[in-house]
Amino acid sequence: MSNKLKKHIVSVLVENKFGVLAHISSLFSARGFNIDSLAVGETEDPTISRMTIVVTGDDRTLEQVDKQLNKLIDVIRVDDLTKRGFVDRELLLFKIEGDSNLKAALGKFKAEILNENRGMMLVQFCGSKKETEELFNGLKGYEIKEMVRTGKIAIAKDKE
Amino acid sequence: MKLSGAQILINSLIKENVDVIFGIPGGYLLPVLDKLYDCKEIQFLLTRHEQGAAHAADGYARATGKVGVCMVTSGPGATNIVTGLATANFDSIPIVAITGQVNTNMIGNDAFQEADLTGISRSITKHNYLVKDVKDLARIIKEAFYIASTGRPGPVLIDLPKDVTLQEMDFNYPKKVNLRSYNPTYTGHPGQIKRAAALISESRRPVIYAGGGVIISGAEKELKELAEKNGIPVTTTLTGLGGFPETHPLSLKMLGMHGSAYANFAIMDSDLIIAVGSRFDDRVTGKIDEFAPDAKVIHIDIDPSSISKNVKVDIPIVGDCRSVLSDLNKKMNKKPNTNAWLKQIDGWKKTHPLTYRDDNKLRPQYIIEELNKLTEGKAIIATEVGQHQMWAALFYQHIKPRTFLTSGGLGTMGYGFPAAMGAQVGNPDKLVFDIAGDGSIQMNIQELATVAEYKIPVKILILNNSCLGMVRQWQELFYDKRYQSTPLKNPDFVKIAEGYGVKGIKVTKKQDVTKALKEAIKTAGPVLIDFHVEGEENVFPMVAPGNAINKMMGGLA
Repeated sequence: MSNKLKKHIVSVLVENKFGVLAHISSLFSARGFNIDSLAVGETEDPTISRMTIVVTGDDRTLEQVDKQLNKLIDVIRVDDLTKRGFVDRELLLFKIEGDSNLKAALGKFKAEILNENRGMMLVQFCGSKKETEELFNGLKGYEIKEMVRTGKIAIAKDKE
Repeated sequence: MKLSGAQILINSLIKENVDVIFGIPGGYLLPVLDKLYDCKEIQFLLTRHEQGAAHAADGYARATGKVGVCMVTSGPGATNIVTGLATANFDSIPIVAITGQVNTNMIGNDAFQEADLTGISRSITKHNYLVKDVKDLARIIKEAFYIASTGRPGPVLIDLPKDVTLQEMDFNYPKKVNLRSYNPTYTGHPGQIKRAAALISESRRPVIYAGGGVIISGAEKELKELAEKNGIPVTTTLTGLGGFPETHPLSLKMLGMHGSAYANFAIMDSDLIIAVGSRFDDRVTGKIDEFAPDAKVIHIDIDPSSISKNVKVDIPIVGDCRSVLSDLNKKMNKKPNTNAWLKQIDGWKKTHPLTYRDDNKLRPQYIIEELNKLTEGKAIIATEVGQHQMWAALFYQHIKPRTFLTSGGLGTMGYGFPAAMGAQVGNPDKLVFDIAGDGSIQMNIQELATVAEYKIPVKILILNNSCLGMVRQWQELFYDKRYQSTPLKNPDFVKIAEGYGVKGIKVTKKQDVTKALKEAIKTAGPVLIDFHVEGEENVFPMVAPGNAINKMMGGLA
């Protein structure tokens, strides 16, 4: 077991019921686990939701995260995707002011301008962690005025 | 025929074989109370404080193995059971708690006597429900009893708004529970069990470390077989007491901070720890970095999250203790050679016996020993929390499961008396004692009214040293005898008892102990004995906090 702190992407299937999100977030605070981000939504089965939780911890903490989540009655399945092949994405919406150079940069990163109002662009971007970092690097020199992020969602690559 | 939610609740409880509900009424429970008025099958046992009701349900569950039920009203009634829920949750005790709630359309409106009980109880229950529609009620009750009593048991709370108890619906009690997300593992992995058997056969200094899981799963027979057939000594935790008879030559009694010296020496020197239904609590392991340095660990527990939480485990086996031990016994085909080990342990038992200064003074340990003699270790003993609890653990000989009821994990003062009450209700023919301290007993002393009213013949033994003794002991040993807020100016407990209509006896001399105990046992109703014991007595052996558990203090250890 390693004592090194690592980011893990934990995918949790839960009953789509009243109070489940509260149960999970209260578990994280009661056990002292740190959540970096949490995203929830319905799955292909409307009675089930999937939560993608990004959590930082060492191996022992992650083992406890997994076991404690499984202990909750409404949790159906817990997967540490970091141990498997996975694809992750995050959606960002932000407002930024700039010129035609900025537009070109945004185009290069496949960021979409949804609205323009007197030089203020409302931009949508979706990408992996690496792509998001590259976007931010490419936008250096421009000031982002307001931003909202969904938190990461992720899915395993294998068939199961 | 359509029934009201209140009637559906009662019919469902009858289906679950509930015969007693401990509780206190309140406005939002009125429809339920009104239906109970005509119910012959269930007794509503009125306690005098909601905390008493929760602990009574807990004591009932621990002593009988059945699910305990308590029912209280919304708001303050419900917040008063929080300590009871946390106590039961920590020690894995099955309780179903029903709390009244304001009408569904008023929830969140700061209505009179409203409190968010599903929110408050989330981290101290195994699961909880807010019933929003009467059509869900029967299913929720079925699930609640199932969840409370299966897997690692625990309390389940059902928050029941008043309007739901008035809505009407056809009553169909579900036959089966259908929970895709909850499937506790009962049978241990055969490969792991085989590996465990091989490791046991190769060990030379094995110790079985048995916890409350042995009692919950009813594994005492299988545990005894594993120990006897293979010559392995057994130590138990506080909540495991009674899981292995202490009269047995292989018994090491309790281990840990106040464990027997030989149990602690044995576990520290062992080369293999077989943990059964125990969780390596800090009161057991002492300084974790120095705990049992040479030992490999086999850990059997139904709760995967208990395994590898505090110590590294070599062979984890998730499953019901009884089922796993039974399979393990079948797989054991070579007895380990433990002769030298058992001889060494016998040596420790002789050089470090469990003892105390038995002189002509009234010492608390003597009272427990006398009680043990008179009851032949067969009584049900509940305790509060503190010095008296440790003396009861150490000086009573625990031989049978479900006879020692104590708040192990949470350490709840005020637990013992109502728990004894609940245990007595579940076992009307048994002798039930609450061994209490003068501090603890005052935390639920109002239940004297309950035992008087219902003639519940619990015997309360107060080991009265006029202080909060365990904290005083720490102040003496580690804080320079600066006794901040631990001396107690107590009432006359005999008069208090008599005021409630309960027989009271005061004992100040050693020679009067046996007579008083005999009189209490002979008395048909409840009795309170106020023993004025030596105030300066400490609980030894003791491991100072932060030390390895073989570094014990106390001259007699």
